[in-house]
Amino acid sequence: MSKSLKLIIEALLFASDRPLGAREIHGLLSDDSLSSINETLKELQAEYDSMGRSFTLKEIAQGYQFRTQAEYAPYVLRMLKTSPARLSRAALETLAIIAYKQPILRQEIERLRGVDVGGILRTLLEKNLLRIMGRRDLPGRPLIYGTTKKFLEVFDLKSLESLPRLKEIKDLGSDEKGNEITEEAGGSSEQS
Amino acid sequence: MEYEVKLEIFEGPLDLLLHLIHKNEVDIFDIPIATVTDQYLEYLDMMRALNINVAGDFLMMASTLVHIKSKMLLPGPTEEGEEEDPRVEITLPLLEYMHFKEIASELSDRELLDRDVFTRHVSPYLQDQFKGEDPQLDVSLFQLMDAFKRIVDERLPGVRLKFQPHKWSVKEKTELIVTRLKERGPIFLNDLFEEDRIISEFIVTFLALLELVHMGLIKVFQPTSQSDIRLIPSFDENGGNGDV
Repeated sequence: MSKSLKLIIEALLFASDRPLGAREIHGLLSDDSLSSINETLKELQAEYDSMGRSFTLKEIAQGYQFRTQAEYAPYVLRMLKTSPARLSRAALETLAIIAYKQPILRQEIERLRGVDVGGILRTLLEKNLLRIMGRRDLPGRPLIYGTTKKFLEVFDLKSLESLPRLKEIKDLGSDEKGNEITEEAGGSSEQS
Repeated sequence: MEYEVKLEIFEGPLDLLLHLIHKNEVDIFDIPIATVTDQYLEYLDMMRALNINVAGDFLMMASTLVHIKSKMLLPGPTEEGEEEDPRVEITLPLLEYMHFKEIASELSDRELLDRDVFTRHVSPYLQDQFKGEDPQLDVSLFQLMDAFKRIVDERLPGVRLKFQPHKWSVKEKTELIVTRLKERGPIFLNDLFEEDRIISEFIVTFLALLELVHMGLIKVFQPTSQSDIRLIPSFDENGGNGDV
């Protein structure tokens, strides 16, 4: 039984054009428990990983999806006759801020970037990487921004929690050097 | 002596400041504020001389820099010694900015979909066979607006928007849509407009649709970006939400 479950799930994953989650599969195969489906997904993933094929089963956006390995990108691009999808540096920086700080207002993004981000936000909304989460109860009822499921899919993320931890990096920065600021302030007599 | 100046395009004041700090090879925690301010202002002059529009953001930062510079020239008001370094005002935003730049490049280094890695694509032909299956993709406002534009272009080619006294109210159309969905169940976006004849009527129908989506009475789905958008009622059968 467990073998056939594995093959059924494999078939679903193969035929799906988006990441499939355990819950979704459970909806289709209600006889099998969620935990056994979860286990089987992990098994399948390990099998594909060890096979050394040009594609593998990746955990993306709370689901699983077959994806080619990066080293074969040039060939696939040749077949698709497209150039690789690109985001500008400004768009990436804006996305980075929103990914970590969401839900976030435009005003706060602009404070962090020091420039107007209206155009970039529009582009990212059109690309479906951002979504409007609502309005803040402030004067002018400003929009609240957040990232979408497609953001996770494009950036190869299991979930928002799998983003590199923000806090650790920040602590490193300000703790080590934080003292220096005050020290220098006291000792910078040449400047003043 | 002539200088050839290569102007880099900076994204904003923080970008320019960071560049100056790197160029001068100074510590971000000990910015020589006089030097950096002078160079910053020089750069703005250069931009002006070249007729590049200097955005207000750049001027704001210039005034902040000058303000910090003047603060540092003045002797501290107290002898308590715990006086905050005025440079903190730019050091902290710069640190945060650098930090997010770093994260952005980390994001960009990941195995990006359709750049580094690819998924299987199910053909539109196959997708038709799955009609009536679970919705696959939530439709955003932009997709909805695109689809609306396509319908209008197709049915009323070359039409321009004109404002007229309204013949249809959004409320009436809303009720009409609700009644239809109740009677016939899910419909395609295209079918929603089948009885509409002139542009103002299309628009009122569209506004009514947006209103219903906004109130959560309709769910909108599109399996792929090419296929028809489906409208699915999500009010309960007893009509509790029907009287909108």
